[in-house]
Amino acid sequence: MTVGLKLTPLSIVGYSNMKIKIKREEFTEYEVDLENVTLLEVLNEIKTTQDPTLSFSSGCRSSVCGSCSVRVNEREVLACSYHPKDGDVIEPLRNSPILRDLVVDMDKAYDFNAKAKAWQSSLSKDVALTPEDEKMNEIQSDCILCSACYSACPVYAVNEEFLGPFSLTRVWRYVSDKREIDSKDKIDVIQTNGVWDCTLCNECTVVCPQDISSKADIEKLRARSSMAGYMDPSFANFGGGFGSFDGSPSF
Amino acid sequence: MQCDVLIVGAGGSGLVAAINAHESGAKVIVLTKEYPTRSQTCMAQGGINAALGNAGEDSVESHIANTLKSAHGLADESSVEFLCSNAPKALEWLDSIGVPFSRTDDAKIAQRKLGGASSSRACYAQDYTGLKILHTLYDRCLALGIEILSERYLLECITNTTDSNLDVSGVSVLNKRSGEVEIYSAKSVILATGGYSRVYNTHSTNSVSTTGDGIATAYRAGASVSDMEFVQFHPTAMKNSAILISESARGAGGYLLNSKGERFTNELAPRDEVARAIDDEILKGEDVFLDIRHLGEEFIDEELPQERKLARLYENVDPVYELIPIKPVAHYTMGGIEVDKNSQTSIKGLFAVGECSNHKVHGANRLGGNSLLELVVFGKQAGENAASYSKNKSQHISVDSSTCSLVDDAMSNDTLINFYEKQKELGELFYLYVGVKRDKSTLEEVKGKLLDIKKDVAKMGVEDKSKIYNTNLIEFLEFKNILEISELILLGAINRDESRGAHYRVDDMQEDDSRFKAHTVINSGVLKYED
Repeated sequence: MTVGLKLTPLSIVGYSNMKIKIKREEFTEYEVDLENVTLLEVLNEIKTTQDPTLSFSSGCRSSVCGSCSVRVNEREVLACSYHPKDGDVIEPLRNSPILRDLVVDMDKAYDFNAKAKAWQSSLSKDVALTPEDEKMNEIQSDCILCSACYSACPVYAVNEEFLGPFSLTRVWRYVSDKREIDSKDKIDVIQTNGVWDCTLCNECTVVCPQDISSKADIEKLRARSSMAGYMDPSFANFGGGFGSFDGSPSF
Repeated sequence: MQCDVLIVGAGGSGLVAAINAHESGAKVIVLTKEYPTRSQTCMAQGGINAALGNAGEDSVESHIANTLKSAHGLADESSVEFLCSNAPKALEWLDSIGVPFSRTDDAKIAQRKLGGASSSRACYAQDYTGLKILHTLYDRCLALGIEILSERYLLECITNTTDSNLDVSGVSVLNKRSGEVEIYSAKSVILATGGYSRVYNTHSTNSVSTTGDGIATAYRAGASVSDMEFVQFHPTAMKNSAILISESARGAGGYLLNSKGERFTNELAPRDEVARAIDDEILKGEDVFLDIRHLGEEFIDEELPQERKLARLYENVDPVYELIPIKPVAHYTMGGIEVDKNSQTSIKGLFAVGECSNHKVHGANRLGGNSLLELVVFGKQAGENAASYSKNKSQHISVDSSTCSLVDDAMSNDTLINFYEKQKELGELFYLYVGVKRDKSTLEEVKGKLLDIKKDVAKMGVEDKSKIYNTNLIEFLEFKNILEISELILLGAINRDESRGAHYRVDDMQEDDSRFKAHTVINSGVLKYED
């Protein structure tokens, strides 16, 4: 019955159990007897053997569907690619309403893709793309919409309507695509609650499991905006940009 | 809620169907039990087949011939012809909506070789082909303003009988967030709910959501299912995690090695043959490895970046320098809801597409690169046909909005037995005895054990009594679907006294065309073989 499963001789090596805290209505501590596993495997173990009421989302187990992002010790991770250790504190993502335990409602976050018009506006056939053209947005199109960047973004503390890191990366993914002939709509729409609202704090880049830098994409979109005749409204209004919220360097 | 075309499932096939139904003028709603972009499609790595000839000579005829050969006589020739001849157009469309395919130096879509293919035919976007296609389709749906409602779990297809025909009139779903049963009434319904590889529990490359919900639901509603015994085992899943390493690694020249460092099979044979060859080695006590070291770091980082990442993360090996330990696990299910030439099921107005359907293009063994193609080609067909069906249907039939006994039963069952344990037990049984190789007598034993589990279902239920986001409830309902699907797989496997493609019976190792060059069709427990 246990083909493919190797029993870990925990008691023999005297392996101590791992305790983790999970934020539910209150912080709840769980103890598991596992070694060399992902956080997702730990959550599954808890749910299937200890507490079936624990709620979390998961899908592919292989870091590509974006379902299982949570915060561990105040840092966004995919549960399926994080190896937990004793004392870890697990919380749901920020900036989205908590539905239950580690599950948040992503509808509003996802809606920003539509608000930012993150799609190809001009459907064109037979546009020749070289490997260099394709490289322009190869990394950006690796996005799995896990929402880690959205959770890590400090702008939502002051502006709930900020289009946000993943949507703006998605806009750049299409704006930079040679097949997109008409990107004006997208450049227009990202002027409000968009590229200029970002503090360039780089938190999004740090937490991205796919090594995407939304901050860098936003800077590229700012340059495109300037080329289209737009300017940073904070320069216009205040005569100078404001610093980032968390004091981290802007560049 | 009312609409013309209701689509259940927001993976590749569901979204292609939605786009095409919308463009045909229908009011479309898409329901998904997760969010769009989280479906199984995002896990497809290797590529999508089309005879474009961008990387050496190729033809639609060769694509057809390769597909039919791999199908072992169980594919429908005209369906395969439809699939392969529409492939170049499908790729042109994907390119036009912005899928970021990898490119050749002369600015064409790059293509590479997968198993069983006579040419480099698989168009790819690094090894993120499914992810990039799926996300681009989602963006297209947003551009068109298609309504997608997330976190709705399919409970039942609602049908009624008109002129002695079974006719679909909508579906009931469980809103995971509110815990309420919701009724969606529609003139036509498309199921695009994915396959059933998670019957094999952790012995599968698939997402935990691939539990055959749509197939079980359609079957309960009276639809026919077919060829359920044909389950594809992917040769190269990683040994510990069962996470997929794409066939493109072998297509590029990767070797399979045993513990002695010897190659033991043609790495680019169709998947059923390679999986059996690996199984033979494992039975001899060998460990089996995938070796791509000789492809070099630059090539691996350029063409197979995800594979390197996954191997490091989940197997703790760097394939640039080390061997990847592998084993075959359940990967794709060829069987599904029986559909006709229009993607319509045996229930009028109910269509099915993608892995949950059986369009008879894969037969006994699917070729790598043909499933992404299937979802584009037949997604379009299903979307257009469902839209035109809905136009010819004048009125919505009022549907009863009573509560759903599925949910009530699950919530009121005793919880004397932990269903998660039974799910695991069943997965182990299926992996061992309903896997790469099968034997009639052990299949019968597994059936006995399955029936024992089914008998105890009333003692298994949901401990979590919350209405809000009750994943314990959802997982129990998925488990019940798995039980239904398991029985259908066994029924097909026990009766098919021969070996064909992925169905390999050690007690009957020959193909028997005289009796079994036919589809296993099951309706309400009755099995028939049909051409």
